[in-house]
Amino acid sequence: MQADKLFGVHFLAAQLREHRAGVLAANIANADTPHYKARDVDFGAVLGQAAGRDLTLRTTHAAHVPLNASPGDARLQYRNPLQASLDGNTVDVHVEHAAFAENALQYQTSLQLLDARIKGVVKALTGD
Amino acid sequence: MSLFNVFDIAGSAVSAQSLRLNTTASNLANADSVAGDPDSVYRARQPVFQAMSLPDGRVGAGVRMLGVVESAAPPTVRHDPNHPMANADGEVFASNVDPVAELVNMISASRSYQTNIEVMNTSKTLLLRTLSLGQ
Repeated sequence: MQADKLFGVHFLAAQLREHRAGVLAANIANADTPHYKARDVDFGAVLGQAAGRDLTLRTTHAAHVPLNASPGDARLQYRNPLQASLDGNTVDVHVEHAAFAENALQYQTSLQLLDARIKGVVKALTGD
Repeated sequence: MSLFNVFDIAGSAVSAQSLRLNTTASNLANADSVAGDPDSVYRARQPVFQAMSLPDGRVGAGVRMLGVVESAAPPTVRHDPNHPMANADGEVFASNVDPVAELVNMISASRSYQTNIEVMNTSKTLLLRTLSLGQ
């Protein structure tokens, strides 16, 4: 049984949250780097794509390359800066910090749901 | 596991910010240094940051130091013929360090340092929780 079949959408969500944590950490790390542009992941769009609900590319020829959606392919989008700075940097540390905290909380939620699923499966297997 | 990457990213930022704190300390320590000619006087130093790119060419991993540049602002000239380092015209040259700008720099660097430590702390908590899944 594949892990993503066993754990459903929470498996994908946790992977995507991890990926997003890296992107946001890079934004925070580069808060003082000139010309750095802050980026983020559109969580809803990527999760929908990865869950195969939409945006799947139809291939009609053997040479066509199928679009394989996984969190690693998550398209990064540039953030619209609230306050432009003179050195061309668009990182707003407070916004990034808030997004990082929010992402951490949602990751914990995914973990909690995964945990419940694991406990359920273990209970079914052991029968106690 | 990209949560481990977070430690590399935040770690690179922490070391970059600590180097920035080091240059600020050096600038403040030498704020009152003087010399007899304008070429040998201490000049304010500033680190230059650059975003590190990922192996596949995308920008957006950590931050690295490109190097340290010296300020091009002219040194302050004082007329002080009794100074032991005064030149033939009785002038001494003081460093071009701006103490106010350096203090602002110091606060900015220490805040950035704290933010990145916070990021590492949060990631540590998340990793520990991941490790205890199903227990």
